[in-house]
Amino acid sequence: MTAIPDPATRTRFAIFRGPRVRKFMRHRLAMIGLLTIIFLTLACFLGPYLLPYDELYIDLRARFSPPLTGSHILGTDPLGRDIAARLFSAGQISLTVGFTAMVLSTLIGTVIGVVAGYFGGWSRIGLMRIVDAFLSFPSIFLMLTLAAFLKPSPTMITLIIAVTSWMEVARIVEAEVRGQSSRDFTAAARMVGAPHWWIMGREILPNVIGPIIVAATLTVARAILLEAYISFLGYGIQPPLPSWGNMLNNAQQYLDSAPWLAIVPGVAITLAVTSFNFIGDGLRDALDARSVQ
Amino acid sequence: MIRFLTHRTLQGIVLILIVSMIGFTVINLAPGGPLSQYAMTPGMSQQDLDRIAHQMGLDRPIPVQYLDWLVNMVSGDWGKSYRDQSPVLDVVWRHMGATLLLMGTSTAIAVALGTLIGVLGALKRYSVFDYMATVGAMIALSIPTFWFGLVAIFFFSLELGWLPAGNMYTVGDQSFSDYAIHLIMPSIVLALVNVAIWSRYMRASTLDVMDQDYVRTARAKGLPRWRIVSAHIVRNALIPMITLAGLQLPTIIGGALVTETVFTWPGLGRLFIDSLGYNDYPVIMGLLMFSAILTVIGNFLADVGVALADPRIRLG
Repeated sequence: MTAIPDPATRTRFAIFRGPRVRKFMRHRLAMIGLLTIIFLTLACFLGPYLLPYDELYIDLRARFSPPLTGSHILGTDPLGRDIAARLFSAGQISLTVGFTAMVLSTLIGTVIGVVAGYFGGWSRIGLMRIVDAFLSFPSIFLMLTLAAFLKPSPTMITLIIAVTSWMEVARIVEAEVRGQSSRDFTAAARMVGAPHWWIMGREILPNVIGPIIVAATLTVARAILLEAYISFLGYGIQPPLPSWGNMLNNAQQYLDSAPWLAIVPGVAITLAVTSFNFIGDGLRDALDARSVQ
Repeated sequence: MIRFLTHRTLQGIVLILIVSMIGFTVINLAPGGPLSQYAMTPGMSQQDLDRIAHQMGLDRPIPVQYLDWLVNMVSGDWGKSYRDQSPVLDVVWRHMGATLLLMGTSTAIAVALGTLIGVLGALKRYSVFDYMATVGAMIALSIPTFWFGLVAIFFFSLELGWLPAGNMYTVGDQSFSDYAIHLIMPSIVLALVNVAIWSRYMRASTLDVMDQDYVRTARAKGLPRWRIVSAHIVRNALIPMITLAGLQLPTIIGGALVTETVFTWPGLGRLFIDSLGYNDYPVIMGLLMFSAILTVIGNFLADVGVALADPRIRLG
């Protein structure tokens, strides 16, 4: 196709350069969050190599050891498995599920939001009604129903989280795109005969990338939380595969005798989720995406 | 007004229809579908299964089953629980009180605390308090509700022994104070997330109102500060919060589900989890519909409430 005159080419995605990066770096909480996430990720993916036990090794003589007994830094669980080892490999699963679910749901939300906002009219009404319907019942109900009836492998849990949490992104993108599609550069692109997909993908999308990034970051936080919820209730990641949520699954019955079983994974979840929320907050300031709540 | 009513009613019906289609599809996606509960029974032959399927009308195409279910639902027959054959509406009704009590108390706590923190934060913008409230809200939003519940049980029931660790009342003692003491922990745990959300929105709303002309006028008239805050700022800042209350309903219902599980609270959330365990499809479907209907009604009431509270808003 003939080249479309596009003065924005050079500045496209300029969002990642210059003052915005510096503004983000100055956001103290966001930096703390970023460092925590880097630390957690490194710990979860490299930590297992440093520990003497793997996450499935059962030592029945060392059941319910409290933290700091011998080489069990964080103690052991009811089967005598090392909690530190389980925490790390659970983190691999929980972080991967959270991150992948974010990518998927952001993709779904962006496509639906861009299409609804760009075309408007009936496609907007129809798509936004579906968004409303998904938002109007507690997503945890739908997730649990899906998880209870489908085979709950990590992949399936990721898909379930993704298909039940794309609505916020869709809403934000739709509102942003609606503002963009009446702008001059969109009209100009339309006038030179650019196809719809080109205008949506190359003209409008770069201009709404800021809010999408912010929403995506917050979606990781929510996805990690959701995985924890369904796994805690017993419908998520299934043992012996550990996840931060299912490590808490039967912690309640040992709350009296072995409170570390509940405290350790909960702290990990809270740290990860808080960090992603802090990063999202910093990005919101830096990218000036006030519309994202 | 009539236009608004018909418009919103139609919108609500469409919404509930879409929800019911999603729910019905999901449940029928299940391997084996509603029949799976019988398939486990020893000595059950394929012929028996087919006969049961035929009796229950499960051998018909899904759209036909859906229409049948829909007609029944509209006429008030939500099916029978697989567990004890009692009508779904009765089962839901039996568990509703406990959930409404928990949600109501917790919402009252969240609104009171959230309003206070939000208004103070806005009045003392960029102060240490404001900063701590903002960061605190973000952390509160990140703590898993069930884990916060576990930690609360650990400290207040097991370590200190101040509060009961679960249930709604002590068997044999169903006095008001007994209910109240059982209600404290779960309602505060459930309120945490909503205090965070409410205080942040309230802060933004208060900041909006503080810039309005009528606040400046009130200040120019020389009204005392407490009167400006209470009569002019807070009252107007609360108006958009009514909409928020409607929108937060699904979050509260979802939170109630987890809180009820941790605190063995005999409400709809526990019922839902139990029903999942029993593959009790009619009850699961009923609860999905019930929460959707509750949300639609909640949002509708919120819109009417905003219009009543703010004479500038005309519904139309």
